[in-house]
Parts: sequence; C-alpha cells; structure tokens
Amino acid sequence: MSVLCRETLGMLSEYLDGELDEQLCAELERHMAECGDCRVVVDTLRKTVALYHTHGHRDVPADAKARLYAVLSLETGS
Amino acid sequence: MVERHSGTVYNLALRLMNNPQEAEEVLQETFISAYRALDRFEGRSKLGTWLYRIAYNAALMRLRKRRVPTSSIDEPLLTEDGEAMPRQLVDWTSLPDEILLSGELRGVLDEAVAKLSETLRGVFVLRDIEGLSTAETAAILDLTEANVKVRLHRARLALREHLTAYFAPTGRVGARGEAYVRAV
Repeated sequence: MSVLCRETLGMLSEYLDGELDEQLCAELERHMAECGDCRVVVDTLRKTVALYHTHGHRDVPADAKARLYAVLSLETGS
Repeated sequence: MVERHSGTVYNLALRLMNNPQEAEEVLQETFISAYRALDRFEGRSKLGTWLYRIAYNAALMRLRKRRVPTSSIDEPLLTEDGEAMPRQLVDWTSLPDEILLSGELRGVLDEAVAKLSETLRGVFVLRDIEGLSTAETAAILDLTEANVKVRLHRARLALREHLTAYFAPTGRVGARGEAYVRAV
C-alpha cells in the first residue's frame, strides 16, 4: 500500500460527499486513474453508501405506530 | 410531530437497540418525554434535533443497563498512521437484480450495521440512512463535526468490508485481500 493509497483512503468519504477541495479532488482522481486497488475501494464504498441510502431505512410498523398514537392520546388526554 | 419525526426516531432506536420491541419502547418513551417537555423546548435547535437527542439518550440509557458485550466489525487493520486499511479488494458493484430485489439484501445490510460499535452506528444511521447533515448529527450526538466525519468514514469502511466479504465471489476475496495486507 503506497503513501498515496493511504492518503487517498483517508479522503474517500469527503470525496464521495463532494466535500473535498478542487485540488485534492484532482490529485485523488489522478491517483485513482492509475491505481486499480483504490478504484475498487472507492467504487465499492460508493456502492455501500448508495445501498444504505436506498434500502437502509425501515418504516415504523403500522401496529407500532398505532400503539404510539394510543399511548400519546392517553398522555395528552386527547 | 409524530408523522414527521417518528421514522428517524424509530430507525435510530432500531439500529442502536438491534431489537424491534425495544425500538418501539424507545419510540414511545421519546414522544412521551417530548410531549411532557414541549413547553420547555426553547427552539434554539430544530424540533427534529431535539427529538432525536431525546431518542438517542433513551437508547443509550437502555444499552448501558443491558451491558451485553458485543463483537464489532469496526476493529480494522490500521496503518502506522492509525488509518483504517481495506482488507477486501474485489469489485462487487454490479449486484444482480435478484439480490437487489430480495429480502436477502436487507438482511445483509441489517447484519452489517448491527456489528458496528455503538459509537459508529449512531453517526452512520443519522448521516447515511436518515440523510441528516453533519452539523445536525453532531448536535444530536454531542460530537464535533470533525468527529462525526471521522466516525462516518470508519463506519463506511467497516460496512464496505462486511458487504465485500458477503457479495464478492467466493475465493477471490481472501487471496486478494491477504496479498494486499501483506504488501503493507
């Protein structure tokens, strides 16, 4: 693992979140164009974030929500 | 208030407790506490931030009482700079539809988050699952924004490792990953 790979690794989340400044972004992309390992890491990291974004949220079960409203109406007397 | 915020409260509680029954209890506790204290809500933070903080603290109290030791996946190999290092280097980004559309994917995602330490789980849920900003997440969890970013990055790397181990073709991961680790 080269020094550049280590530096790249440390910046990947900021890169994916679009928070990296332009110059660092360009350096990182130059490195990734030449480094297959870092490309795999960034691609799979991006996919990981995307999967959770799309499939990570769980809806409150309908019966749990009904029970919540029931306790709150007792609580607030409404 | 319930319609708008119960989803995030429930998801935070569910991921922290790893138990739907306890998540529901935290959900109820949060809104009961919020209604009782509503007149003391000063509006210095957003209502959501205030509620999620109540939920987070309620979940933490329960976890402290529970005190069950758990093994987490976020104990990564570290470089000499203390940076987490990837072990698995196989591209699995083209997942077939039968995995994407099946319940299997949800199970794998849930299992991976459950294995994160509590300190990373809260940050990951609020930022990457519920889509809250770094600043709001920091306010809810009482962390600095820099700390939120560090924890989020660690959580993502740990989850990437877990998902790679699951989704990458068998056999290739170990050989490639080990070779990479040896090269450091």
